[in-house]
Amino acid sequence: MNKPVSMAARALQHRSFVIGAALTAALLLAAALSLVWTPWSPYEIDMAAKLQPPNAQHWLGTDPFGRDVSALLLVGARNSILVGVIAVGIGLSLGTGLGLLAAARRGWVEEVVMRLADFTFAFPAILSAIMLMAVFGAGIVNAIVAIGIFNIPTFARITRASANVVWSREFVLAARACGKGPWRITLEHVLPNIASVLIVQATVQFALAILAEAALSYLGLGTQPPQPSWGRMLAEAQTLLFQAPLLAVFPGVAIALAVLGLNLMGDGLRDLLDPRLARKR
Amino acid sequence: MPLLEVENLSVQLQTQRGPADAVRALSFSLERGQTLGLIGESGCGKSITALALMGLLPEGAVLSGSIRFDGQELVGMMDGALQQLRGNRIGMIFQEPMTALNPLHTIAHQVAEPLRLHRGLGRQAALQQAIALLERVGIADAARRAHAYPHQFSGGQRQRITIAMALACAPDLLIADEPTTALDVTVQAQILELISELVQERGMALLLISHDLGVIAQNVARMLVMYGGMVVESGATQRVFAHMAHPYTRGLFGARPRLGALRGERLTTIRGSVPELVDLPAGCPFFERCPLAIADCAVTRPAASELGPSHQASCLRLEAAAATAPNAGAPV
Amino acid sequence: MGFFVFKRFCTLLLTLAGASAVVFLVLEVLPGDAAQVLMGPDAAPEAVQALSIKLGLNLPAMERYWQWVGGLLTGDWGLSYAYSSPVLELVLERLALTVPLALIAMLLTTVLALTVGIYAASRHNRWGDVGLMGLTQIGIAVPNFWFAILLILLFAVQLQWFSAGGFPGWREDALASLKSLLLPALSLAVVQAAILARITRSAVLDVLREDFVRTARAKGLSQRATLWRHVLRNAMIPVITVMGLQFANLLAGTIVVENVFYLPGLGRLIFQSISNRDLIVVRNCVMLLAAMVIAVNFVVDVLYAVIDPRVKAGGL
Repeated sequence: MNKPVSMAARALQHRSFVIGAALTAALLLAAALSLVWTPWSPYEIDMAAKLQPPNAQHWLGTDPFGRDVSALLLVGARNSILVGVIAVGIGLSLGTGLGLLAAARRGWVEEVVMRLADFTFAFPAILSAIMLMAVFGAGIVNAIVAIGIFNIPTFARITRASANVVWSREFVLAARACGKGPWRITLEHVLPNIASVLIVQATVQFALAILAEAALSYLGLGTQPPQPSWGRMLAEAQTLLFQAPLLAVFPGVAIALAVLGLNLMGDGLRDLLDPRLARKR
Repeated sequence: MPLLEVENLSVQLQTQRGPADAVRALSFSLERGQTLGLIGESGCGKSITALALMGLLPEGAVLSGSIRFDGQELVGMMDGALQQLRGNRIGMIFQEPMTALNPLHTIAHQVAEPLRLHRGLGRQAALQQAIALLERVGIADAARRAHAYPHQFSGGQRQRITIAMALACAPDLLIADEPTTALDVTVQAQILELISELVQERGMALLLISHDLGVIAQNVARMLVMYGGMVVESGATQRVFAHMAHPYTRGLFGARPRLGALRGERLTTIRGSVPELVDLPAGCPFFERCPLAIADCAVTRPAASELGPSHQASCLRLEAAAATAPNAGAPV
Repeated sequence: MGFFVFKRFCTLLLTLAGASAVVFLVLEVLPGDAAQVLMGPDAAPEAVQALSIKLGLNLPAMERYWQWVGGLLTGDWGLSYAYSSPVLELVLERLALTVPLALIAMLLTTVLALTVGIYAASRHNRWGDVGLMGLTQIGIAVPNFWFAILLILLFAVQLQWFSAGGFPGWREDALASLKSLLLPALSLAVVQAAILARITRSAVLDVLREDFVRTARAKGLSQRATLWRHVLRNAMIPVITVMGLQFANLLAGTIVVENVFYLPGLGRLIFQSISNRDLIVVRNCVMLLAAMVIAVNFVVDVLYAVIDPRVKAGGL
């Protein structure tokens, strides 16, 4: 009666995961699609066609420069994913590295790493990004680096906490008794066991990175023209709220759906990958 | 009229694998001032019975049968009316003293709470009574310590506090659900003694639930042995201990490790393990593990047979069981 | 209790010191020659040199750090290059907008989140719960500045109940000023409330599973009395922690939201100063924001001790 159910089957039954994965897949598909085809070029300016409402030629309308909104959204998806992947990549690699180091070495190394990580609660993502921008200037590269740097303490903290739990477990003690060094233990035992926690956190941070980049681009500090960015589209749309209100709706919906999809998928992954973490919700 | 009369009580719970009968056709009665023990392993339904009496079953539980407390029918009673009985005429203490108290309230506040709720006492009056109660249950320096918080007390002391809370309004019935299971052995004896004293002193009826034969033997006059949600044997404690009629009772007694047993003597166990509620057979719940089971046992639910004055057992194979020499005859 | 507060206060000072070091490092040491930055790459070297000396940049870093900290504490916050006025004055002016904004937003957040969270917990797994949690998921996914724009679209453009931005000033028109803060506060509040509502619900559900809740019911307390007298106080512990952390996000959010509504607050000042390369202003404002966050978290820590007697004992 109690036969084990496969992960895939459980995944398909989990409502949050399915919706989240579908939305995330849509996001990835949109970005991939933009590499080979867009309905119109997102860079071509055509003042004659400016500010059109949705119609047969331009499914979502055009912006104040006559550029097709759907094309802008597609390429913007690519932009958001780029930011997410690199920023989370920075945080994941450096942050996890620091966290693993702290858990393996303990002692003052751990203290120092954790104190540094603790400071960051006083500097939320936007603030840190803005600080760095003030020094190094605006632009997508700096935005990515800034968001990435902010991710490091988050991953360091969560890695260290989870790694510490693994270090205290008996099979690690056994490995140490066999003479395995801390680096091998970290790679062979600790990392695989904390992988699921990191995956879940990565999806959450990905969503936060998209939100942060959107905010920075809105302020003009992130992605620079002519590169399309959902955040900047909203900034442009704000000046035209009376003439073309829909311009302010579409990019926001795109951002919300992308973030929602990632969050739902992260929630689902949390429940599926480690049932012990799954609280009764 | 008995204080508590339970007739054909059945409780159906919602489990992950569907609805399951946690308690089936349970019947017993309890007079004022009487003590009754409920013994069985985990999962036999004894705690559910206690919760059913208090009306504190989990959501989705279906109750049928009758529970009459001092003439009032509790099954189907509105929660508002039940609230007036809980903590007031029926008191209950639970198994885990470490987590039974709210960590953010002083113990004075918590002991006084039923007094203020049911007796309408003001803060000062309730406080005075609470202190007196705490003294009675053995909390030293009660007047001062009453304003301390639960985390400042040991497990044994916390259990004393929960006893004080349960007795605050002088209930007619005290239900103690495994009150000593989570405590150290030395403290266990003290708590049981305290409960006994208070029960006698106040003329309360006591329903004591435990899985420990030792606890049952020394504290209650009558006992019920439960398995799979049903009572399999009942009677005066001394009689049941002397003449274990049901194969399960016998197995339970036999499974105790004993000092003075010969070296190399293997412990007797009941083969198999307690089945999940949804998997219980239609007939006798002990069917799959019983050494004396016959085919009929799987389908027929045995009725209670009188074995003597105040001694009953529900089994189709009582004569066969009586013929087999018991492993342990004398009470502990 | 006194000792506990003292310990926490020491932590506060340490954290402030650490944060100031970070801010100084990033916004003073890193940019290199601030004078060069301010004057641009084409400026004559002598002019840069002169400004350098005037700004005290020829001194070693440690000394500059202490000068800066000393200045902050004594009220000398420097001179804004772009506005040519004392930074402290500028900041105080802007704070008169940002602080009320943050407070109103915090109030809205708390009211919304606690109501939704507690209600959802009491309707666990029924439609009320599922529906509300679905809404909170959406709330978390929505960027606050987009929500702000949508609010403007609805209330300013369509319904014309509010203006699309601007701030008359407290002295000029207090009521209109308050009104102008409502939409911004709401856009800040919605996202934070979504997060806090989920946490509240989760906290309440966790507490409902505790043994002492069963004890309370066994004493004859009704569901409602149990909720109010036993559950909520315990559930507030994790909730207050999160509220403290959220304050940081709230302040950071003002940077963006003030820009959406053209509000002359602290956030907008920071943003404009970045565009103006006015690093002195940026540095001091960021430090101020960090200090406010650290202070709020200190208050939360102390509140803990007031609510939870186990904390004072030093056990936790």
